[in-house]
Amino acid sequence: MSEFALETRNQLVGLFGIVERNMYLTKRYFLWDLAFMVWTIANTLTIVFIARAAALTGQLTPEQENTLAMTLLVGATIWAFLGIIFEFMTETVAWERWEGTIEYTFMAPLSRLVHLFGQGAYAVLYGLIRATILFFAVALFIGIHAPQANYGAALALLAIASISFIGVGIMTSVLPLISPEKGAQLGFVAQGLMLVVSGVYYPVSVMPEWMQWIAKISPATYALRGCRASIVDGAGLEWANVWPLLIIAVLATPIGLAIFKVGERYAKRHGKLKRAG
Amino acid sequence: MSTFAPSTIDLASRLDRGTPAVEVRDLRKTFKRRDRKDGRFARKRPWPALDDVSFTIARGECVTILGQNGSGKSTLVRLLSTLLISDGGTARVFGHDVDRESSTIRRLVNRVSVEASFFKKMSASENLSYAARFYGMTPRQTRTAVPEILGSVGFPPDRRSESMENLSRGMQQKVALARALLTSPVLLLLDEPTTGLDPRSKLEVQEFIRQVRTAHDATILLCTHDMAEAEALSDRVGILDRGRLLFLEPVADVKKRFGVETLEEAFFAATGREFENETSEDDEYREVFG
Repeated sequence: MSEFALETRNQLVGLFGIVERNMYLTKRYFLWDLAFMVWTIANTLTIVFIARAAALTGQLTPEQENTLAMTLLVGATIWAFLGIIFEFMTETVAWERWEGTIEYTFMAPLSRLVHLFGQGAYAVLYGLIRATILFFAVALFIGIHAPQANYGAALALLAIASISFIGVGIMTSVLPLISPEKGAQLGFVAQGLMLVVSGVYYPVSVMPEWMQWIAKISPATYALRGCRASIVDGAGLEWANVWPLLIIAVLATPIGLAIFKVGERYAKRHGKLKRAG
Repeated sequence: MSTFAPSTIDLASRLDRGTPAVEVRDLRKTFKRRDRKDGRFARKRPWPALDDVSFTIARGECVTILGQNGSGKSTLVRLLSTLLISDGGTARVFGHDVDRESSTIRRLVNRVSVEASFFKKMSASENLSYAARFYGMTPRQTRTAVPEILGSVGFPPDRRSESMENLSRGMQQKVALARALLTSPVLLLLDEPTTGLDPRSKLEVQEFIRQVRTAHDATILLCTHDMAEAEALSDRVGILDRGRLLFLEPVADVKKRFGVETLEEAFFAATGREFENETSEDDEYREVFG
């Protein structure tokens, strides 16, 4: 086997190792995850019930109420999906530091890209399963119908958007390296900021113009727009949503990796990899 | 003992036997910290963790660096395992620079530290498999290699699937040794591997280190504050005191140089302080570098 082939093989085995470890941990923390799932469903219900409340004004037809409920549900589901990705990415460092394994992972011959992408890949898989359960549980509970829904197109778009989300997640995963105490929480700030400019529960057009400009560079804008079109109107995978996501993905991953490497170098210079700092 | 990680075998066989395993020249590392006496908002001051440290370790040697808590032992181990970036000087492992060729170094080095750090909810087998994947070991390889290596450190087979959090400190340390050896390192860095272990576990771990040396062709750098352990295991012993390496010689030469009977006495002769008598200043060092 050539050196390049051997190295590629080793890196792929390492990537599998990251996914495998996360599977072990999900299995071990299954009941906690179940409790978190209940919380996510309850939280989503508080948002989707707004459509029912709006219907009480008498200004919405049942069809409009259903559309509003579906719009809110898609927003809440993508919020939850993105939440999982950002949580996994920011915890790449925070979790391992807490367990004390961080130094062993960082001294292993695994490329940082593979390490972080492995973490992101599991987050996407796990996030998609949770988002699907969340979506159908809430839709069933409230009684929302989506007769025209093209779930395949929505899932495909979400998968494409996930590459960008991982790239942005890599940028946020550096935060616990810089601040072991507060870095992880800042990841959630990034998630909230991304969604607020992306039209999570409203059209982007209702925001001030400067926010609409920021919305153009947020991958969540295209994921939300495309998923809503597919689920509410039955639209297919639209190129208008795909190409911006591909461009953002191509840019976000190397930028994220470069930022992480700067953070890693800073941590190694100042001895911040160690748990006690 | 068999070797397992395929990529490491390739690299190890290609290493020039004449090249020193470790070559450290004028290595410096300084951290900044705020002195408690100067108040909460005082400017941070530089504290040297390693101060122009130089030494060489030949391939296959077992060398012990003795030092009190906070003397810079862990900083040295972290620098050699690419977890810290030095402020000056050079460190080479089998001829490779630790700062510039870190990815090559990572295939050659593994480490056991005082804290046996694992995912506590995962079992010993799962933790070892996870660590082995980073070195290119597939599930098929770890299915046989993990039980084999756990067996060789005397880990009971019926506890392989138990969560790490249910294992004693001694058991965890055995798993930590198994983790380091599973990847077939050519340089093994042992940072106080027996600290906090009961006497029996301590002897078991020490015996295992001896076996590794003879059967595994590994070079060992042991950092400890256990004088008896240093004397029993190493070819040469050095004392690291407040970041400065005072000497690195065979135990007999150290005793002869200072005209003393024990390493404790040698430490006193070299530093003017009792080995166990750590001052409050030493404690401050420990907070930063311990």
